[in-house]
Amino acid sequence: MKTTMNGFGITVVAIAMVMLAVPGMASAQNLTGAGATFQYPLQSKWSSEYGKAHPEVRVNYQSIGSGGGIRQITARTVQFGATDGPMSNEQLAEAKDPILHVPVTLGAVAVAVNLPEVTKTLDLTGVVLADIFLGKITRWNDPAISATNKGVVLPDRAIAVAHRSDGSGTTYIFVDYLAKVSPEWKNKVGVATSVNWPVGLGAKGNEGVAGTVKQTPGAIGYVELTYALQSGIPTARVQNPAGEFVAPSVDAVTKAAAGAAANLPEDLRVSITNAPGAGAYPISGFSWVLMYLQQQDCSIASALVKYLWWGVHEGQAFSTPLHYAPLPASVVSRCEAKLKSVTCNGSPVL
Amino acid sequence: MQARPNTSGADTAFHATLVLAGLGVVTVLAGVAWELLSLSGEALSKGGIGFITGMTWDPVAEEFGALPALYGTLVTSALALLIAVPLGIGSAVFMSEIASSRVATVVGVLVDLLAAIPSVIYGLWGLFVLAPLLREHVQPGVQKLFGELPLFAGPPLGVGYGTAGLLLAIMVIPVITAVSREVLRAVPDTQREAAYALGATPFEVIRGTVFPYARSGLVGAVVLGLGRALGETMAVTMVIGNRYDISASLFAPGYTLAAVIANEFTEAFSPHYLSALAGLGVVLLGTTLILNAAARLLVRGVRHGGAG
Repeated sequence: MKTTMNGFGITVVAIAMVMLAVPGMASAQNLTGAGATFQYPLQSKWSSEYGKAHPEVRVNYQSIGSGGGIRQITARTVQFGATDGPMSNEQLAEAKDPILHVPVTLGAVAVAVNLPEVTKTLDLTGVVLADIFLGKITRWNDPAISATNKGVVLPDRAIAVAHRSDGSGTTYIFVDYLAKVSPEWKNKVGVATSVNWPVGLGAKGNEGVAGTVKQTPGAIGYVELTYALQSGIPTARVQNPAGEFVAPSVDAVTKAAAGAAANLPEDLRVSITNAPGAGAYPISGFSWVLMYLQQQDCSIASALVKYLWWGVHEGQAFSTPLHYAPLPASVVSRCEAKLKSVTCNGSPVL
Repeated sequence: MQARPNTSGADTAFHATLVLAGLGVVTVLAGVAWELLSLSGEALSKGGIGFITGMTWDPVAEEFGALPALYGTLVTSALALLIAVPLGIGSAVFMSEIASSRVATVVGVLVDLLAAIPSVIYGLWGLFVLAPLLREHVQPGVQKLFGELPLFAGPPLGVGYGTAGLLLAIMVIPVITAVSREVLRAVPDTQREAAYALGATPFEVIRGTVFPYARSGLVGAVVLGLGRALGETMAVTMVIGNRYDISASLFAPGYTLAAVIANEFTEAFSPHYLSALAGLGVVLLGTTLILNAAARLLVRGVRHGGAG
């Protein structure tokens, strides 16, 4: 296990070095990160914007998926990893040295529906959503759905469930929410980046799920918020713990993070699905950067911490245009504390 | 002809280079097999034979069985060959035996273009054009005609084994056609002329002289096509429905070995999970080796029985 990881890691490093060697800036500090595809558009925007102000630092982010990000940071082949689902205790133990989770942005999952007969936005409770994805609710005119959609004539149509076939942080956030609202989901299916789906068709990527939903009358699926906003696919409103039905939006996601901020654990590994607070959208989650608390190369450590410091402050301005939800101020201050705790050979980096 | 005695040493260097190239290929294959086996060791030893016969793929409970994916791989590949072999060899015969050389060139270029399309394009086309077409127009009609058969049972989803097989057939046809065309062209014209001189019709010439001469090469073309069908990932995963299940219906969604690996590898979160995915790779490699060996035996049998 160990050796194969290193073998893979060496390949990645070799590729990274070749890629970085081409521009030939000998004095530049190269930072290599890898992980969640969800962060990729934001990281690449950051990389180019940060590079304009700090030409001495070059950030290279490879979007290889959250699982890959965790494996790469554990094998120390990258300077930072990135993930949509926090590392488990076992994964942290495998890394041996302490790893920090620094939230850099927020993700959310929108529920897309295709009901040609219905023009009004549907309101769904978490339990109903879980029962649909468990295969217990199979028709759109089920009393459980009409209960929260008074005045909407729901068709007698079979529900076609669409889910992601590829492992994804989007899936993680979605099933994490279902497990919180439905004990049955928690026991029967569980929470992970890929699960054993009780019903439905698997489609690859957000575009695959959106395509399946658009093409299949009666379909329901889940897609990343950014994708839903860009593609304009019809989405449902989902009930939050305050009882409100909230449409997926960047604002509602930031509110969910603010609502959860009061109870953030020390290590910031937290799920914020079903977060309390007025107007909070319940199916959202943090996306983290992973880095070692004790750094060994001080010039890399300094460049990395400064880059992330910039990211959680100035970098947040690039969130909204890219349909990411910016971190609320209460979370940014927690990130600051984390970044200040980073040390290199025993002395603080910042 | 007698070989000249080696005077310069260039021949020795040439010989050594070729040996290295040959060994290099073997080393790469052995390396892949070794890496897959060592990575999958955990899943294979934990699951044993149950890893191959198991029906469940549950990453959360860490319960892994390969059978539904193996079944999907075999069914879609078989279906693809069923469609692609007659069409591919037929179009090759058309180009080499029937068509004028100008028409044959044009068709040949078009077939080669078909082979050059990236598989993700085939996949997107399959998802956004082929699948809706099948769902709206073909599958309901087929069900009206053969509604009783379990082969066509279930709601018409547009995606599933049948769609994947059909898409694979379209991807495999150019491979089979291109290789078959070259094989048929290699049949000496004297063979054809002799048959025509005996008063044979074009059909008799093709059946009686061209095919027996080209048979082992045609089997090779089909094996190449099979290889592409077994390993195809991107296009299949877009149209097969990605449901980890076994169904007799061609309209039902399923899964293939390559598709599971491609879908889940990047996000595999535990060593056991990663190991199970590598285990699927071992199953796929094993399937490919077995089918290739079978095809080679077939070619050998054909060569002994039909060279005449």
